[in-house]
Amino acid sequence: MNSAESQSGGINSRIALIAFNTFREAVRDRVLYNLIAFALLISGAAILVGEISIDIERLVVVNLGLTAVSLFGVVIAIFIGIGLVSKEIDKRTLYTVLSRPVRRWEFVVGKFFGLTGTLVVNTFFMALGVILALLYVAHRFEKMDWWVLAALYFIVLQFFIVCALSLLFSSFSTPLMSAVFTFALFVIGNLAEDLRGFARVTPGLAGGIATALAYVVPNFSAFNVISQVAHGDPVSGQLILYNTAYALLYSAMAISGAVLIFQRRNLK
Amino acid sequence: MAAIEILDLEKNYLVGFWRKRAKVALRPLRLTIEPGEVFGFLGPNGAGKTTTLKLLMGLVFPTAGSAKLLGMEIDDPRVKSQIGFLPEQPYFYDHLSPRELLNYYGRLSGVPAKVCSSRVEQMLARVGLSDSAGVQLRKFSKGMLQRVGLAQAILHDPKLVFLDEPMSGLDPMGRREVRDLIQQLRSEGKTVFFSTHILSDAEALCDRVGIIHQGELRGVGAVAELLSQTKGKVELIFVATAVPPAFSHLGAEARVSGDMVNAVLPQEHQDAALDLLRRERLKLVSLTPVRSSLEEYYIQKLRPAENRKGAGA
Repeated sequence: MNSAESQSGGINSRIALIAFNTFREAVRDRVLYNLIAFALLISGAAILVGEISIDIERLVVVNLGLTAVSLFGVVIAIFIGIGLVSKEIDKRTLYTVLSRPVRRWEFVVGKFFGLTGTLVVNTFFMALGVILALLYVAHRFEKMDWWVLAALYFIVLQFFIVCALSLLFSSFSTPLMSAVFTFALFVIGNLAEDLRGFARVTPGLAGGIATALAYVVPNFSAFNVISQVAHGDPVSGQLILYNTAYALLYSAMAISGAVLIFQRRNLK
Repeated sequence: MAAIEILDLEKNYLVGFWRKRAKVALRPLRLTIEPGEVFGFLGPNGAGKTTTLKLLMGLVFPTAGSAKLLGMEIDDPRVKSQIGFLPEQPYFYDHLSPRELLNYYGRLSGVPAKVCSSRVEQMLARVGLSDSAGVQLRKFSKGMLQRVGLAQAILHDPKLVFLDEPMSGLDPMGRREVRDLIQQLRSEGKTVFFSTHILSDAEALCDRVGIIHQGELRGVGAVAELLSQTKGKVELIFVATAVPPAFSHLGAEARVSGDMVNAVLPQEHQDAALDLLRRERLKLVSLTPVRSSLEEYYIQKLRPAENRKGAGA
């Protein structure tokens, strides 16, 4: 193995170690306990709509289930994401990590993967809950239910962006302000299509500002296909590709911003 | 090649609402530490000791100047695998046990997975934590955390070890163990740079000390040299229940303690004092020259510059 390969192996290994430690911390801090609340919610909803039985069981379970998956995940992404770096600085756990052969960018990237890994595992179990609830009310699995998986995939992509944004804000702001900024961007991002529509019909400077804003905020509305799949409508392959590329690019840019700020930060 | 070479390293923080006012944390510092040396960095709280260590660890960035560790620039990633660092009042991931934490740090430091586990067990035994190796760190006392801190600092067998206030918050037994550990590191040929404000520890352990105050290095000296300097006085201890009146004519400062008298007098009156003891048939216990202490050197260096000149420093 030449030195370049050995170096890149070392980087991957360090990032993986930091990511695993972040995942382990989240698990031991009982973050996955949210699954209990989710399980209660989804099973309660399934039993309730199963009893009412007015032919909208599937619609209700998919809508409610996927919305809950998204909200639970976003709350975890924001509240853990904002503390990923700042908590390590406050508690000074970072000192004994950065005094080792760990580059600052490796630390940020490792933390990001640790949190997104936690969210992927969390989402996997919640998705399992939604599918079981769906089977309970519909008694069978239809072809259109595959699109629920596409919606879940989009939700995970949203988590990537939210994690990256919370890391970015927490690299220069207080945890409270980082939470406010990230949540505000999540809400605005869900209205991004409306913002783009508004920008198209607004002339002059206001229109220019609205256009710029519409393209800077993350376009979460493109990821929201919950209602569509609840009605059994398919999700196009083009949208899957577009959203994948968009989420990866947007997250990479936000993480790069976080790294650039963190690289220059004095750890007083 | 020096183990540590600091060339006019300087740190100012911008403070105030608009961050326009510069607060000096470290004035240009020039210092060289040789391999195998145990160097004590002494100074009161807020003197600049921790800032210096953070600069050397790359945790804060210098306003000016540079430093080399083991001949490499401090931002060279290769140097990090050869240094160990114990921060002041260390705090670790409290969801982990010492065994998990040391494994994590060992792997981050580049210790191969195959040898990491056995190295961790050795280290746990060395700091006396084998019995609590599986307990989460959130249940540990301050002294136990300090032991974990020491273990993580030397786990990867570094050539250069930085310890920030390693005895802080430890009971006498814990302090003794840390002292023994530093002695062991010295005998293994490691270079140790540690900050402290406990002078007796520095006196017992260090080859050289540096005194820092208000961000400025006030002096560097070899401990053995400082302690060997006599002050032109001798200390006499003899058996008596009262100080003989003639002692006051010899310029002695004497006090009675039980059936012993301890008298400090100018060296030129030493023979006269001994004659007096013979005449009075008093039994001499000891006669030793009064030597400088590290405390005196420290206090002298901490005084403002004008006072130091007056004191002939």
